[in-house]
Amino acid sequence: MTDSVRTQTSQRVLGLHAVFVYVFFYAPILILVVFSFSGDRLVGRWGGFTFDWYGEFLDNEQLTAFHDGAIWTSLKVAAVSTVIAVVLGTLAALSLERFRFRGQRVFDALLYLPIIIPDVTMGIMMLIFFSEAITFADTYLGFEFAKGLKTVVISHIAFNISFVSVVVRARLAGMDSRLEEAAMDLYATRWQTFAHVTFPQILPGVLGGALLALTLSLDDVVVTQFAAGPGATTLPVFVFSLIRRGVTPMINAVSVVMLVASLLLIALMLLADGLRSVADKSS
Amino acid sequence: MTAIDAPEARQATPEFEALALRQERRRGFLLALPAWIYLFLFFAIPFGIVVVYSFATRTSRGGVALSAWNLASYERLGEDIVRNVLVRSLGLALLTTVICLVAAYPFAYYMTTRSTRVRNLMLVFVMIPFWTNFLVRNYAWRLILAEDGPWNTTVDTLGIDSVTGWILDLPSWIAPDVLVGWMADVPEPLFTKLAVVLGLVYSFLPFMILPLYASIERIDSSLFEASRDLYASARQSFLRVLLPLSMPGVVAGSILVFVPSLGAYVTPDILGGGKEVLLGSYIVTQFGTARNFPFGASLSVVLMIVMLTATIGYFRSGGRNL
Amino acid sequence: MTAAVELMGITKRFGDVVAVDAIDLAIEDGEFFAMLGPSGCGKTTTLRMIAGLDFPTEGSLKIFGDEVGTLPPNKRPVNTVFQSYALFPHMNVLDNVAFGLRMQGLSKSAARASSVEAIELVQLAGMEARMPSQMSGGQQQRVALARALVNKPKVLLLDEPLGALDLKLRQEMQGELKRLQQELGVSFVFVTHDQEEALTMSDRIAVMNQGELLQVGTPEDIYEHPANRFVADFIGQTNLLEGTVEDSSTVCLANGARVQARSDKAVGTSVAVSLRPERAHIAAQGSVDERPAVDGVVDHMTYLGNARVYRVRLDWMEVEVREENRPGAELHEPGTPVSVWWDPGAVWVVGDE
Repeated sequence: MTDSVRTQTSQRVLGLHAVFVYVFFYAPILILVVFSFSGDRLVGRWGGFTFDWYGEFLDNEQLTAFHDGAIWTSLKVAAVSTVIAVVLGTLAALSLERFRFRGQRVFDALLYLPIIIPDVTMGIMMLIFFSEAITFADTYLGFEFAKGLKTVVISHIAFNISFVSVVVRARLAGMDSRLEEAAMDLYATRWQTFAHVTFPQILPGVLGGALLALTLSLDDVVVTQFAAGPGATTLPVFVFSLIRRGVTPMINAVSVVMLVASLLLIALMLLADGLRSVADKSS
Repeated sequence: MTAIDAPEARQATPEFEALALRQERRRGFLLALPAWIYLFLFFAIPFGIVVVYSFATRTSRGGVALSAWNLASYERLGEDIVRNVLVRSLGLALLTTVICLVAAYPFAYYMTTRSTRVRNLMLVFVMIPFWTNFLVRNYAWRLILAEDGPWNTTVDTLGIDSVTGWILDLPSWIAPDVLVGWMADVPEPLFTKLAVVLGLVYSFLPFMILPLYASIERIDSSLFEASRDLYASARQSFLRVLLPLSMPGVVAGSILVFVPSLGAYVTPDILGGGKEVLLGSYIVTQFGTARNFPFGASLSVVLMIVMLTATIGYFRSGGRNL
Repeated sequence: MTAAVELMGITKRFGDVVAVDAIDLAIEDGEFFAMLGPSGCGKTTTLRMIAGLDFPTEGSLKIFGDEVGTLPPNKRPVNTVFQSYALFPHMNVLDNVAFGLRMQGLSKSAARASSVEAIELVQLAGMEARMPSQMSGGQQQRVALARALVNKPKVLLLDEPLGALDLKLRQEMQGELKRLQQELGVSFVFVTHDQEEALTMSDRIAVMNQGELLQVGTPEDIYEHPANRFVADFIGQTNLLEGTVEDSSTVCLANGARVQARSDKAVGTSVAVSLRPERAHIAAQGSVDERPAVDGVVDHMTYLGNARVYRVRLDWMEVEVREENRPGAELHEPGTPVSVWWDPGAVWVVGDE
């Protein structure tokens, strides 16, 4: 009797703690949204409802200009790096889960590193690498290039390949390799087996990996900052420099826009997850 | 999957089997090749260059002389200023990890006691902050802690000032200096260690909850019941059964929080205002204003070694899902 | 007549491990053939080699006289029912069944017509649109069968087809498999570790252990005349009384007793006399006259309803005796000295080879 009372009490305490954790997670985000509508010039003070900051945001050429505004830059970088990373990462996942080859363990380890390496280190790596590469290209190959959009894309692909391959690998590992054997037993060629059986099975993983890559690319500040040159300012880099220079409430509005973008991606992710669970019902 | 395209039907021989195996290996290798080349060019080489730089010499104009290899950059790690930065960063990363662990464990445990539907819902709402833009989440705290911001307004209204003031007046044998220092920051935490730790906990708490939940969920709940049946108290059951069995999750979560906290750059910059120099910003400074590339490279190498040791340790101890 | 499947000197090595060791085997057309053995004995590897999922290291592998050793699975006229079925989870029943025909280039409508027929054959008519996840284990099993059979394979391979089913369903599917095989007249080659399943279903059985083929024969052959100690012990239950061959009709047991047992083994070979529990009888000591017998003490008795199983302790080993539970059957309490006896023709002498 006392035991069940004690259990109930402890459950209640745990429940309360959970509520507290969620408040901790979501209150700051909500406060940010609320203050993005505040009329006061100080970021954290309420000064009546207004859309002014969103207006200022839309009028800001550096942010919203077509083609070279920070938003467009971010979207371009994210889209290109995601597509390339998804292709390379999926191939890498297939090779690791379905084949044995020489150098596999080294490859596997190399593939893990970009995930666990702190972004400052990765940023420094890119900074030094590109400066050396520029000198090298100039001296030995006789062509010139400068840091710009391309170098940002290159650096984003470098970390995104790994994340995509981890997600796709998890999916492949959960897939019975007998399905592929069955397809070949049923007269499918290698290519047909991939097209009709393997790919449909790993598609949710590929989509999940793509969304993760997109999110990471849109999120990244540190690596981008070191890999970017003039004219390649992504949205997070722009916002970061804005915050450092001194905050104006327009940042609140920009942040809310970024927040909404994140939430949209999450919604897509959950959708992909829903697809996955439908596909998984069989097992 | 060992089939190869053999147009003519023949009797199998060891040579044919070896050929088939070789072809299969080549296929795997070719599939991996694009990513291999990419990561070699744009990850392994940059990685190598950083290591090489760490043994190079800084020229008087702030450039790098790729000759006269030496350990000077590593010897500087012993200097007082550098040691302070390292100790402070390690301390804050450790504190962040402990706070995350203490906050996440009961939460993760509570999740596992709920029904599947509730559990999945709870999981989704932990995932959302995890996926939400990192910069925005840190900025949100900057706003909250800003001068005249919600935090300060609340503190003023509630008069917490006087409470902390009262603690500050306690003799140091009751309230140790560290605690007093931290409490002194409470009324205006922005640009203090307190704000940095808050930001780091806020950023990385999901990294702790998810692996903890995964490992606690795997534990057969009847084990807990069995230990109760065998006369263990709830406390004993927790210490002797639940905690040891969920250790992989504890270790995984701790590494996932500790490593990025140690190398954090954005959070200390936004919430610490650069006042409390931590490893991440210190490294960046070496490539910016200080222009000492070799030293910055050696600090990066140290950071990588810590990270690799932690990760390898985790894999060695039987962990898998990082 | 050409054999449906013929293996000659088939060997499979994985690195240093010999999974299948120079097997010779011919499976006739229209035969229900079982490959039986403990796990890891090489039976599944053998099946996979016939299917083309693994290549032999060496040896000849013929299907209806054609050498296929180097052909990939999609070029072989055989189909497989996989362990746990391997149904494509993202396709409905019809698409699963039609898969093989489509891959062979049949038009959608032609493939559909044959598939519907095959689905009827396995008694799943009307379930074409179901997804595998919505079906019971037994139904999935039938889909897997239809998916293989629709291609009219010259040989059907089944890898532990009933392993995932519960006892009742298993018995039902045993009958179903047998019916299909007789109806289609195709040879079925199935791999199992369950000796009872192999005995009840097969025309012939191949017993394997540690990569070696120990015996091929009809269920009766294998049960009555096991080729060696392993087969005798693996198929059914038996008591192996150790001894040496004295002459062609006598074996000297380990305790020195001579018993009548025919064998063609050389004099002096160490052998075992296989005495099945149901062929042995138990009687009060001294009451057995002419027939071969050994003396012992009842250790304990287990009541099975239709029979009683006695464990009798001899002075050098224990034997099991199964007495049918007939009215008036004599009871032997534990501790009673008894004689275990049998008819001279009831035992079979096995060696190591």
